[in-house]
Amino acid sequence: MIAFLGFITLLLLGFFVGRYLESQHFSSIRQREAELVVLPNTNSRYLLIPMQQIERSELVTGSVVISIDYFKRIVADLRSLIGGPVQSYETLLDRARREAILRMKESCPGASQIINVRVETSSIYNAAGNGIGSVELLAYGTAIYGQVQATNGL
Amino acid sequence: MFITNTETLPGKTIIDCFGVVSGSTVRAKHVGRDIMAGLKNVFGGELRGYTELLNESRDQALQRMTDQATQLGANAIINVRFSTSSVAAGAAEIYVYGTAVRVE
Repeated sequence: MIAFLGFITLLLLGFFVGRYLESQHFSSIRQREAELVVLPNTNSRYLLIPMQQIERSELVTGSVVISIDYFKRIVADLRSLIGGPVQSYETLLDRARREAILRMKESCPGASQIINVRVETSSIYNAAGNGIGSVELLAYGTAIYGQVQATNGL
Repeated sequence: MFITNTETLPGKTIIDCFGVVSGSTVRAKHVGRDIMAGLKNVFGGELRGYTELLNESRDQALQRMTDQATQLGANAIINVRFSTSSVAAGAAEIYVYGTAVRVE
């Protein structure tokens, strides 16, 4: 009985607190994405914007480890019984990926563009062996510093 | 030392190539971080301890790769790739590799 109550408490805590924290995180991501839209990034290996002069280029990285909440994990476990899209993990990966890219952009103030961006995902398991439900996202690329060529109309 | 993950170093010319250099590190998290992560698992959200840990390991792996390149007489590393794998429970391996070159 006590174990059941504990389970319900965790479930409710996960649902309310987890949902609140996630919406907070998403609004922060949207705000920062809007601010950093001036720093374009591409996964192409060529320059996105023609440069008049390149001062320097450097490797930049951004990473985040993020965990799913208790409620969503249970929902995902149930979902795996019948199959189909697991929405709770979709939002987890979405926010982790966007956060990693944002951190990469934030790590190079003054750069004019980031090229050759690669995103890598890995999952982390805890010592007990049961899936901890957390993922590590790493975004890396080459930041280009220098003078952007003046273009007409842009 | 210039480090990029593109095949060329933008704005520079490669004059010499030394081949692949790599650096790796295996790290385990300590118990305190694990307990905090357990709590965080209920609410969801970022596990800062782990983010920090992986950043530290990545810096160390990069440092080892850079040392190797310096020994070869290179002054830049191009086409750098990262890879992470969990080798054992509670431990992660970070592996970084790239091509050591000399630029003008």
